[in-house]
Amino acid sequence: MIVPALGHLSAALPEIFLALSALVLLVLGAFLGDKATRPVATLSLIALVVAFVLVLLGPDSTTVGFSGLFITGRFAVFLNALILIGSAISLIIALDYFRLQGTERFEFPILVLLATTGMMMMVTANDLIALFISLELQSLALYVMAAFERDSIRATEAGLKYFVLGALASGLLLYGCSLIYGFSGTTNFGHLAAVVSGGPVSIGLLLGIVFLVAGLAFKISAVPFHMWAPDVYEGAPTPVTAFFSASPKIAAFALFIRVMMGPFGHVAIEWRQIIILISLASMFLGAFAAINQRNIKRMMAYSSIGHMGYALIGLAAGSVEGVRGVLIYLAIYLPMTLGAFTVILLMRRKTGPTENIDDLAGLSQQHPLVALVMAIFMFSLAGVPPLAGFFGKFYVFMAAIDAHLYTLAILGVLSSVVGAYYYLRIVKVMYFDAASEPLAGPITRKMAAVLLCTGVFTLFFFANPAPLLNSAHAAALALLH
Amino acid sequence: MPDLLREYLPILIFLVIAVALAGIVILASYIVARQNPETEKLSAYECGFAPFDNARRQFDVRFYLVAILFIIFDLEVAFLFPWAITLGKIGLFGFLSMMAFLGVLTIGFIYEWKKGALEWE
Repeated sequence: MIVPALGHLSAALPEIFLALSALVLLVLGAFLGDKATRPVATLSLIALVVAFVLVLLGPDSTTVGFSGLFITGRFAVFLNALILIGSAISLIIALDYFRLQGTERFEFPILVLLATTGMMMMVTANDLIALFISLELQSLALYVMAAFERDSIRATEAGLKYFVLGALASGLLLYGCSLIYGFSGTTNFGHLAAVVSGGPVSIGLLLGIVFLVAGLAFKISAVPFHMWAPDVYEGAPTPVTAFFSASPKIAAFALFIRVMMGPFGHVAIEWRQIIILISLASMFLGAFAAINQRNIKRMMAYSSIGHMGYALIGLAAGSVEGVRGVLIYLAIYLPMTLGAFTVILLMRRKTGPTENIDDLAGLSQQHPLVALVMAIFMFSLAGVPPLAGFFGKFYVFMAAIDAHLYTLAILGVLSSVVGAYYYLRIVKVMYFDAASEPLAGPITRKMAAVLLCTGVFTLFFFANPAPLLNSAHAAALALLH
Repeated sequence: MPDLLREYLPILIFLVIAVALAGIVILASYIVARQNPETEKLSAYECGFAPFDNARRQFDVRFYLVAILFIIFDLEVAFLFPWAITLGKIGLFGFLSMMAFLGVLTIGFIYEWKKGALEWE
């Protein structure tokens, strides 16, 4: 009875491939030592690319595998592809940084692979047990990555803080899962949906949903579970911060959407107000708290909190348009934020990396092209048309209006106006302030390529948005029907 | 409900006996043994460390490494026992699942060995 599940192994092929390549590369690295860093990194990148191809070749229709623990389909394909792109770009920009810092280790690409495996499993989880296992596989790799520069006190503190608060969030999440299981008698999302739609929802089950939301809100760093984000973003090595703000956010959001719209879609009326509240709180805290930041990584942390708030608007709408809006938002947020972090990685003095916003002064004279690309990212993050970031916000706000959430949409627009201030301040510093001491970081070919790709996408998205819109729409339909 | 509770009766009896026995032993050591208190005797036993000290002190991380490595392989054995007993029922799929688990664990073991985590000096 269990053995036929093996037939569905093919649906999980990308995940299995990534996990196996991580193990093989670990053995390779263990035998060759730190001189294996370069080959292991290259092979990891190739593994990510192969997994990307496998994801795209995977089943188009919704397929359930591993006795219902695992579900794949258009929704999973869309998000897994995004996650793999995010991981690959993060890995590319990280390698140059660690080489400059002299802290190259072969474990880093392997941790990226393991975290990516966990994230892809999060996207395809169809059971509370699978949800927890995948979340932990991802988180444990991320905790280690946060403290990767183990000789730095700040990185160690960031890792410890992330670990302790992450363990707390996992506890909340597990408690929620156990309540849900206790009051419904099943951990499978399909069976849960049947139980939930069958009759009035008990208080215990609702309590379970609330705890589950709290745990997931921590992972996407939504207010009021955001406290870890600024400290971890600031303390962790910059490429790790770039990675944190990209793929894990997308994976956690995918899980969030899958859980809320799948098993608990029938009681949307009960949880919608919670999502609206954390969405509003995230948008406003992201907008106001970032104003006073002097450290650009802290500022990006608050920026990412705010962006998660905007994306949550789409989830609050709870419709096909809403889910489509979130997917478009995430797909646009990923290249914008990775591009901005690539510029932050270029901020170096002779003494080492620097993180003050004021250090960007005069960038427009030294590196006019880099300043231009950074300006594009900042305008896009602020949501200025016709850049990509505007379209991300446009589709979630439209979904909110279609769902009659007028107040939420209006407050969202207002907070994005406040948020525009600190994005534009960076443009002002780059173009109008005089340089105190020039930045001396080398611009490697890989970083230039990343900047070019993300910049072109952000700038020219409006020219041909149809492919992204169509695949996001197909993904949303696949999830909800 | 009473049936359900009756199934837990042995656990209740066990709890009562455990508490009573522990109480008797502690009381007996106070009543029967000769009491000759002294600072070193009264302080908590801490494997050779001073029990109270500044927390921000350097300590040898190797103790913790050994403890963590021990837990991993201890848990492996905890998984192996139920697996060995039910192997007849879970068949080839169960066998292959455990082999996959052991394979992953072995790779971790190779890594820690090559990294020198098992060498004290």
